[in-house]
Order: sequence, then C-alpha cells, then structure tokens
Amino acid sequence: MEETGPLIIHDHYEIDYRHSYAEDSPFFLGLGKGKLLGSRCTACGYTFATPRAYCMQCGAATQWHELPLTGRVHTFTTCHYGGEAFLKETPFTLILVEFDGADTLFLSRLKNLPPDQVRIGLPVRARFTKTPTFKVTDVWFEPLDHPRGQ
Amino acid sequence: MKPVYMISGGITKFAKAHPDKDFRLMVKEAYDYALRDLPRFSKDMISGAVGSYFSDHFTRQLKAASMVQDFLGLCPKPSKRVEGGGATGGLCFQSAWEAVASGRMECCVAFGFETMSRVNTWKGNEFIALASDTNFDFPVGGFYSGYYAMMVQRHMYEFGTTVEQMAMVSVKNHANALYNPYAQKAKRLTVKEVRESPMVATPLTMEDICTMSDGAAVCILASEDLAGKVCDRPVRISGVGSGSDAMRMADRPHGNVILLPHELESDYRDLKYPGVHSFRGGRMAAKLAYEMAHLQDPNEELSFVELHDAYTSSEIQTYEDLGLCKYGQGGRFVESGRPFMPGVDYGLELPEQGGLPVNPSGGLLACGHPVGATGLMQAVFAFWQLQRTMEKHLGNGTLQVKNAKRGLIHSHAGTGTYITVSILEAA
Ligand SMILES: [Zn+2]
Repeated sequence: MEETGPLIIHDHYEIDYRHSYAEDSPFFLGLGKGKLLGSRCTACGYTFATPRAYCMQCGAATQWHELPLTGRVHTFTTCHYGGEAFLKETPFTLILVEFDGADTLFLSRLKNLPPDQVRIGLPVRARFTKTPTFKVTDVWFEPLDHPRGQ
Repeated sequence: MKPVYMISGGITKFAKAHPDKDFRLMVKEAYDYALRDLPRFSKDMISGAVGSYFSDHFTRQLKAASMVQDFLGLCPKPSKRVEGGGATGGLCFQSAWEAVASGRMECCVAFGFETMSRVNTWKGNEFIALASDTNFDFPVGGFYSGYYAMMVQRHMYEFGTTVEQMAMVSVKNHANALYNPYAQKAKRLTVKEVRESPMVATPLTMEDICTMSDGAAVCILASEDLAGKVCDRPVRISGVGSGSDAMRMADRPHGNVILLPHELESDYRDLKYPGVHSFRGGRMAAKLAYEMAHLQDPNEELSFVELHDAYTSSEIQTYEDLGLCKYGQGGRFVESGRPFMPGVDYGLELPEQGGLPVNPSGGLLACGHPVGATGLMQAVFAFWQLQRTMEKHLGNGTLQVKNAKRGLIHSHAGTGTYITVSILEAA
C-alpha cells in the first residue's frame, strides 16, 4: 500500500427540536407581559430570582413571585468573543442582577452603557421586547439613569 | 473499603489536532504506554474498564467508549462510560477507584479522551456552553469564559484580587510546561504579555484561558494484593471526595462557609458563601477527601497539587476551596511564590518560591484540556511525581517535586457543578 496522509471530509449536521418550557412556561409568557417571575418557597420563604418549581433549600413547592423591575449589578463582564451563535453580537455585556426581596440572582444582558462604565452595585432597570420570541433574552437590563425608552 | 493503588499510567501528547489518530488509537497509545511501564503485568489481570469523554457533540459518535473497549481488546469485560462535564476525567478516576475499593474488581482501567479539533474554536465554545442551562444561561451569551469572568469580577470585588495576580498563574503554568514534552502550549510569558494578549471577557485575556485539545490518558488501578505483585512503586489513593452546586450560578446561596479542620468560623464572619466568587462543590470535595485521607492541614501535608486551571482565576479560587490558603487570600498566595516550582526561573520576585507547587505539569492552561482525558492526565502526572519517575517519563527532572510524598488532584465541571478531589500517596 502507498503511504497516504489522513483523509479528512466535511460533514454537516442540523436538527430542529420541539422544546417545551413545561412547568417554567409562565416565566417566559410573563416576559411578554413585562413581568419578571421568580419563585418563593411556600414553606421556608426562600425567594429565587429564577423559576424553580421546588425549593432548593427545603424541597417544598414554590409559588410564582413577581420580582421588582429594578435591581443592582452583582457582577459583570464584557465578552469580546463568544460561542459561534453569539460571535456576531460581540462585544456584549453580561450581568448577574440582585433584587431587593430575592435571595438569588438573575443572569441577563446589560445594554445602553459603555463597557468601561459598568460597575458592581450599579442600579439597573429591566426592559422587555415588544415582539416576544419566548426566549430569556426577551428581557435585558439598562442603567436606571438611562432615559426611559431610548 | 479495600485499599486501592494506582499501578501505571500513560498519556498522549496533548495537541490542537491529531488528524492521523482517531480517539481509539489515541487511547491505545496511552494504554500501551501504561502497559509497557509495568512489565510484570498482563492484560488478563484486568477485571474491567471505565471510559470517559465529555461531549457527544464533539465526538459525533454515541457510545464511543464501547469502540475504545473493543479496540483495546477488552471485550467482553465490564465497561461503562462516565460523563460529568469538565470533571469527566476526575469522575472516571473515582469510578475506577470505587470498582476496586468495593471489591468488585481486582484491577480497573480508567481511560479518557476528547477530540475537540473537529469543529472550529467558536463552535467548540458553543458546545461547551451547552453544559450551562440551555433555557436560562446559554441563550444570554452562551460562553463559559464569560461566566468565569463574572465570577472573578466578584472575587476581585470581595477580596481585592488583581489581574496581575491572575497573570502570575499564567506565567507559572506556561513556564512549567517548558519542561513537559506532553504539553500543548509551553512558553515563557511576562505578566505584561498576559495582560496585553487579546481580551476575551473582561478581565480574562487569551493567556488567562486554557485551549482546546485532542488527547487521551489512561490510569490502571488495582487492589493491594495485585499492586504488590506487579508494581515496584505503587501509589495509594488514600482519599476521594466530590461535591456539586446548582447548575445556574445565579441560583447559588449566600450563606456560611463550609469549614475545613484548620479553619474557624471567626475567619469568615462577614463572608457570604459561596455566592459566585467561590466553588462550594470544590470545598465539599476537599473536605471529604481530607477526612478519608486523615489530613488536618493540606498546606502542610501535601507535596504538590494538580488542579483544574481552566482559567487563571479558577486556579486562584481553587487554592481557597482546597484550603491551601484562607478564602480571600488566593491572590496573595500566588504572590508569595508558594505555588511555583523551586528551581525554575519565572522572571518574578517570589519570596517563598516552591513551598507547595501547584500544577507543576503546566496544568490545563499549558498542557491543554481534552476534557475527558484531563482529570486522568492529572492522575498520571501525580503518579509519576510520587513514583519519583518524572525524569524517566518527561526526559528531564526539572518538574520532579523532591521527596514527593502526597499529592492532590482536582477535577472541575461547569461553573463548579461537579468537582472531584483525590489524594495520592507514595506507598
Ligand atoms: Zn424552602
């Protein structure tokens, strides 16, 4: 046999999923109505800033809990690269938001602020898309002092 | 539980791509190396195997571990695949330990691999990010470097950790790898060069982040009886521990520190824990492993550590989780020089250089991170350290920790969702 190098071919792969948000569905529907729904434990009162049908602390069922639409930056980063699906959106800023009355945080994007002005503790306000896609990106945040609706 | 020993190990060179070898052949290369290093051992002494690889997306071959099992000629012996994100290799190692400790197997082979070169880097980043919550985290930006950047921003805020301290980790691990021929990305760097390399996610630059790799690693674990028969210098696995945390880092509590034996509640009066600055699962893994191995103060009792430095920042965070220093002191621990190798010139002022070498191999930052192999690679390096055979296997003795008695390996998944810690001791 003649010596050859490895044979490399290109192969494409694509798939469409049927995806149910199941018990978390009200959260995604809520975004379309301008609401942020967290969960509050019916037994111990622990309040999550994300949907969790059952309490991670004590295991009891939770109830939907409407979060305030303003909070503060708990931490942040500006991404100059990203996964392939998000490369075209770089640079973008990610934040974890802390809310009064919630024990945990919420991951979102921060818009309408130059990256070098983002800081921990910055007051922020939730903004919602007018044309819901029923993804978590239907909500994002901007600085509280940014002129509303700009 | 029965005592468990590591009796041999092997690794392939970690590289950007190995287009001339598929995953089966990569594992076989590491496996054959391990067998050659153990001449009195024969394949019929193997009771079974555990295989590990992280991503079916990278492999595009489900049940790939079955193909390794038959390629190695190990059928019809027991076999299974273990998967747990970045901790896949560490979990595989502990799964093999469980097989021998329980008495189910006299000898278990742990093999792991990853073939990440099959897609471009940014598609690869997307695949890795699919190991974050795909309803709540992935759609927002789907990028692990972004998640780690947010964690270290908070670490910097809480504790005053600096980007220069993080850069020192990069300088250390890349320089160590200059003496490790298995490493993918050895080089001499300065703190300034690390900071001036392209920004990926503030404050992490390219040189703060490990690269994707193709590679494989194999560990052979055995009972005391078999180890005594076939191995001149077996290494005892004296402690294993693992821990976990919530998939979404947003969901993590802000409560009290889990204390190690050498810590006091009063050390952490005002610290909200773990928040997003620390890895509670890593602390739990360390606590359980130290209890099993009867360690009181890891900083005194360990000879070296091989930990999961996917990011310079996570190496600093992990010093604290492992109790090598108190929470908040990780940055100063690097500056002290303790985690550097003695006898290597880093171009840095290091007052306590070499007190407790961390990632003498070069770690993930410089060796590369072929996920399913990574945790097993750490075990192989630790094994060679404790056998004191680094010179034989690496071709030079620069990275041999003198009088190495006890080593710790640490494997870490997600944003800290699964973490393993194993303690190995010279027998
Ligand atoms: Zn509860």
